Amino acid sequence: MIRTTKFAMGLAAGVVTLLVAGCGGGTPIGGNGDAASAVYVAPGEYDEFYFFTSGGFSGQLGVYGLPSGRLLKQVPIFSQWAENGWGYSEETKAMLETSYGFVPWGDSHHPELSQTDGVIDGRWLFINENNTPRIARIDLTTFETVEIIEIPNSAGNHASPFVTQNTEYTVAATRFSVPTPQADVPIDSYKENFSGMLSFVKVADNGRMNIAFQILVPGYNYDLSHSGKGPSHGWSFFTSYNSEQANTLLEVNASQNDKDYIAAVNWMRAEECVANGQGERWASNYVHNYFDDRHIAVSDMENGTTVITPATCSDMVYYLPTPKSPHGVDVDPSGLLIAAGGKLAAVIPVHSFTKMIQAIENEDFIGEVEGIPILRYESIIAGEVKNPGLGPLHTEFDGKGYAYTSAFISSEIVKWSLETFEVVDRIDAYYSIGHLSIPGGDTREPWGKWVIALNKTTKDRYLPTGPELAHSAQLIDISGDKMRLLLDFPTVGEPHYAQGLPASLIKDKQVRIYPLDENDHPLATKTEAEARVEREGRNVHVYMTTIRTHFVPDNIEGVQVGDSVFFHVTNLEQDWDVPHGFAITGANTSELLLMPGETRTIVWLPTRIGVYPFYCTDFCSALHQEMQGYVRVSPRGSSVPISFNTP
Amino acid sequence: MLRSSRVLIATASILLGLVFMFPLWRIELQAPQYPEGLGLLIKVSDITGVKPHDLQNINGLNHYIGMKTIEPDSIPELRFMPVFVAVMIAAGLLVAATGNRVLLYLWVGVFLIGSVAGLVDFWLWSYDYGHNLDPTAAIKVPGMTYQPPLIGSKQLLNFVATSWPALGGLAAMVSVGIGSLVAIGEWRRARKGAEATG
Ligand SMILES: [Cu+2]
Repeated sequence: MIRTTKFAMGLAAGVVTLLVAGCGGGTPIGGNGDAASAVYVAPGEYDEFYFFTSGGFSGQLGVYGLPSGRLLKQVPIFSQWAENGWGYSEETKAMLETSYGFVPWGDSHHPELSQTDGVIDGRWLFINENNTPRIARIDLTTFETVEIIEIPNSAGNHASPFVTQNTEYTVAATRFSVPTPQADVPIDSYKENFSGMLSFVKVADNGRMNIAFQILVPGYNYDLSHSGKGPSHGWSFFTSYNSEQANTLLEVNASQNDKDYIAAVNWMRAEECVANGQGERWASNYVHNYFDDRHIAVSDMENGTTVITPATCSDMVYYLPTPKSPHGVDVDPSGLLIAAGGKLAAVIPVHSFTKMIQAIENEDFIGEVEGIPILRYESIIAGEVKNPGLGPLHTEFDGKGYAYTSAFISSEIVKWSLETFEVVDRIDAYYSIGHLSIPGGDTREPWGKWVIALNKTTKDRYLPTGPELAHSAQLIDISGDKMRLLLDFPTVGEPHYAQGLPASLIKDKQVRIYPLDENDHPLATKTEAEARVEREGRNVHVYMTTIRTHFVPDNIEGVQVGDSVFFHVTNLEQDWDVPHGFAITGANTSELLLMPGETRTIVWLPTRIGVYPFYCTDFCSALHQEMQGYVRVSPRGSSVPISFNTP
Repeated sequence: MLRSSRVLIATASILLGLVFMFPLWRIELQAPQYPEGLGLLIKVSDITGVKPHDLQNINGLNHYIGMKTIEPDSIPELRFMPVFVAVMIAAGLLVAATGNRVLLYLWVGVFLIGSVAGLVDFWLWSYDYGHNLDPTAAIKVPGMTYQPPLIGSKQLLNFVATSWPALGGLAAMVSVGIGSLVAIGEWRRARKGAEATG
């Protein structure tokens, strides 16, 4: 009996298999038959889009190709990166300087591409650091971090670095309110002593950042931001939570009020107040790091920022009541709708910019906090999206009349109409989606082909790798009425947020080499004949060249225990994709990777006598294994003179 | 000389001026590692890469097989050639202006000898580079030499070398061709004239 049942079941299963195979060409039930071809990029072909994911706790940036999900590069930004000497070499160490001294790690959150007229222009990518508040700028012709500015009077730079529509400003707002300026006060004096700060960082035509002004605001947690565009250009919006002003056990104490606020900031009005001298000069210390003309990072110690308050500059900041601890605030392509992700709310409130302006004109206020009028919710709301999933966080737009909101708790993306505010489709995310991204999805002109889910956990989605599992991105087709999952790919660190752009915008602008005749590094060695070793007290300077397939010099004597040996290495190659590396035994720093035409310096502290090899670490040619040399280390006070060989 | 012959010689002389604007010869190198190729342009007074750093990179690669570095400054032909071409242009215009047949024969003769000598010299130069290899070179393939062809393609280890005359070289060929045809025509006409009168 048992046997027959088993047999029958086996038969049935066989029939089902046959049926499925018969009608779907071997695709599983409910699967996406042509998903594979939709993401397939043939060997040697290029992806259509670049996709930039924040590295989160890695402090760096991941660069992927879409639709393939192939990892192309990691760009070191806020964390030391021994792989190429970032933050170890003498030329890059300054990039990680802060007013707290050298900080070797950071927490990168939101990549933001520069815009012109509200459209992504492919000049730069900005990214914020949450832990020690900073903003970095990455040059999209070299994929290199070229500038990092510290944000003073801030703690937890989370609502950052969202740009205005012509990249006039990139913004920074404090996630953690703190005594501002800092002071030694009891923590439970939060309500009297703690404040928030919204910072506007001016971006010059050449990309250089400087802190234009800061707005002192009530002591809430400022979480995310987006700037207005089109009709709402001139405004920036910041969500805030903890309007309860709790300083302990926030998970309960900051979740009591029915509504918190979105701060609507008229930054053009703020500019006026600053121009009228209504700001106050604060003695804020911060560090500003950037590559100078010689491609060497320098640190400027800056002091002083201009601080304005809503009380002294009227008509500058308004609060839009928004349900339950809002997280994301996202402005639709028309610039007229402002969607908020009330992470504990039952609806997605969508504010109307037009109604907001009317309410301001009509002084339709229900109260005021520290000089900031609170607008009436009912007067400014355009619509509420019902049944948006649990824990709505972030919204992006496809440019075709739809919005896509991530719901963390129910782990899904909900698609809703900007006209009817009704949910029209939903798709699961695996698992616990945070941000989501449509290339150009927060600009005036999105490329609405895909939405990418950025997931916090993956659980059973990939081969397990011990206790720590990959975070992931999921590529979802949004070209049709129904969303369609195409691809899963694991990401570097935690992809808080990501942005994409068409490859054609930047692909042909990529720098291939640094021209040697434009190398202005004062310690560059531009010909092998100039290679040399010089002693200056207890410092030994090695002016070294690399070219396929040798170092000059490659035999160095006269170094003593206790010296500091500075290897100033110049890569003489002028050929694309021919970097050389430099590594030496026992270096407490890192290796160097040298791009063609580049000069970089690493310090080596020999602690023992002997003869130590150095070698090229980047497989450069057929004779790469021969690319090596020796340094002889003699005892302190030895009579062995400095000597070296040249060709 | 016929009026038309003089116009043709003037045209040939002016055409020769293209040698100063465009390279004479072009050598392309293709390898798996160089999908975009590397290339050399042989010009009347210089040798350069097709792309900015091609010459340096070709020299860098050639050192593996022990080939001498190509240093345009140390090649005397590159100083002599522009003078020769300039003189030929001036002389050609003089032939056209005077209509003197003897001068025409002389001009075409020197031009032909110069052209053939130039090609032979180019071949010898590339023979020297391709065969005269440093015995301490890292890569030594018994029996292997690395002379690129004068015209056409040849596999040299991982590189396919392709060599063709470029616009300047073609202009010079057309110019010397016109000169030769005109000289033959004039010579025949002169002989006929001599027979008729004799
Ligand atoms: Cu190497």
